[in-house]
Amino acid sequence: MNVDNYCGNVAGDENMREFVGKSVFNGIAIGPLKVLGKEENAVKRTKVEKPEEEIVRFTQAKEQAKAELGEIYKKALKEVGEASAAIFEVHQMMLDDLDYIESIVNMIKTQEINAEFAVAVTGDNFSEMFAAMDDDYMKARAADVKDISNRVIAILQGKNGAGNLGDEPVIIVADDLAPSETVQLDKSKVLSFITRHGSTNSHTAILARTMNIPALIGVEYPEDGDGKIAIVDGAKGILIIEPDENTLRKYEELKREDEEQARLLMELKGKPNITKDGKEINLYANIGGVGDVAAALANDAGGIGLFRSEFLYLESDDYPTEEQQFKAYRTVAENMAGKKVIIRTLDIGADKQVGYFNLEKEDNPAMGYRAIRICLDRIDVFKTQLRALYRASYYGNISIMFPMIISVDEVKKAKDLCEEVKKELEKEGVKYGQVELGIMIETPAAVMISDELAKEVEFFSIGTNDLTQYTLAIDRQNPALDNIYDSHHPAVLKMIKQTVNSGHAHGCWVGICGELGADTTLTETFLHMGVDELSVSPSMILKVRNQIRNSDSTR
Amino acid sequence: MKEFTYTITDPEGIHARPAGIFVKEAAKYSCAVTISKDGKEVDAKRIFGVMGLGVKCGNEIVLKCDGADEDAAMEELKKFLEENM
Repeated sequence: MNVDNYCGNVAGDENMREFVGKSVFNGIAIGPLKVLGKEENAVKRTKVEKPEEEIVRFTQAKEQAKAELGEIYKKALKEVGEASAAIFEVHQMMLDDLDYIESIVNMIKTQEINAEFAVAVTGDNFSEMFAAMDDDYMKARAADVKDISNRVIAILQGKNGAGNLGDEPVIIVADDLAPSETVQLDKSKVLSFITRHGSTNSHTAILARTMNIPALIGVEYPEDGDGKIAIVDGAKGILIIEPDENTLRKYEELKREDEEQARLLMELKGKPNITKDGKEINLYANIGGVGDVAAALANDAGGIGLFRSEFLYLESDDYPTEEQQFKAYRTVAENMAGKKVIIRTLDIGADKQVGYFNLEKEDNPAMGYRAIRICLDRIDVFKTQLRALYRASYYGNISIMFPMIISVDEVKKAKDLCEEVKKELEKEGVKYGQVELGIMIETPAAVMISDELAKEVEFFSIGTNDLTQYTLAIDRQNPALDNIYDSHHPAVLKMIKQTVNSGHAHGCWVGICGELGADTTLTETFLHMGVDELSVSPSMILKVRNQIRNSDSTR
Repeated sequence: MKEFTYTITDPEGIHARPAGIFVKEAAKYSCAVTISKDGKEVDAKRIFGVMGLGVKCGNEIVLKCDGADEDAAMEELKKFLEENM
């Protein structure tokens, strides 16, 4: 057991134990654990009298494995779609690979050993070759080679595959789950997935998200857990084994609340964000990282209205590379499958500091060296991000948004850099998609010249937090001023109104991505002003949708 | 023997699935078909070999066809590379 992950007995009950993992999907599951064992160590080396017969056994097992994979492919096609099912087609081809077959046949012939052992050793060798490759995608293929080899071994040993779970729904616990294992599981009997290994992009994680059930990875669960009652808390990323009565009651209550929320979601899901008088507006999600996409989709976001790219810089000890950024942006774009994803370029400085930028300490950082001001000064850093964004735009519907704008000149410079990046990519033969450009309206200056700015871009997104602080000259961070900080101040609302008018006069759509967007007491006011889009945190989407559907924009 | 040099433009490089499809195409011909990258040459009719090259976007590969139907093989495989990778 890994002591780092073990939080020990929790006060109150002798047996209650808590384990930490990384959540890949939120939710609560309560039920018995089912530990799926791996039997790959069960293969013994034995000497055989007639190697030719072993070769025939292997060939038959291989053909049967291919036939099984063909069936799994068909099942997966129905359940998880073409893209996820394709891997089983590749598995069939791997079983026909001549290097793989020759290695097994040679081992049987020259060493006079059993087919099981020859398959196991060859599988290990090939999977090590992939594990050693300098590419995360190829590294992950090591599991595929193990998977096909284990299938052939299981057939040779006359064993049935996984999938028999009994009648009661269970929490599945395993070292790692191969795609062929997860697809064979009876989905109606699975409450949650817990794995020791795997990544947030593994098949299991993707499956959990599709099935809408909580799942944790990287959990050092105990081997003796089989059959014991456990709780999976997807939000906190913990597994609690043998909970005491209080904990169990608390979680049963939370689960009921979740279900209530889910019921509301079901009721409002798929319904348009349309007012009583028939005006429809876009309702998008604000996210701060790749992991939030699942919540955005689960809450029926029409797109991503604000993807804060800072997390890439804040989580890193050095400047994130173009490749790292490209992967993150691409993942979000792909997961949103053609829905709009508005990514805000780097917005650090002020209250968000990053060590390796070596920014000097300022007396008044909110009005200091931050966001686009840094980007237009540190062109190398900015261009790395723009290149990653344009490359990722090929995989979905990406828009780019610049923060902290106060002048037309800044927008022109940023646009020039975008053009430069596009030219570079064209020269390199790298594809990119159609990208809408927009700006944050969060300074009074930007509001006052919004008619000029609107001619330069395709959309505005109003950042009400900063706009309020700059308009009212009230430091957000100063608690002594909380009593006079009025987010409904008429000056702020007039700023918003003016921005919408200027935007519309010049063909820009206008959204709100600040906290005010989720303030349901203002939803009707915004609709009246003609706001085209509201971007709110995922958990607020359905509440705001509810408000929109009960509003009248002509009032 | 026919030879053709090509730079991969697919952003994903040669992933498992495209490798599989390519191998299937190559297996249709009786001539020897190989792909090489940075001097490492593999049999293009074997999926593990092709995947093992770890070909990424921007990499240059050399396709060789050698044998009776090399003209037809080269013509089709070249077309396949250009259209899909």
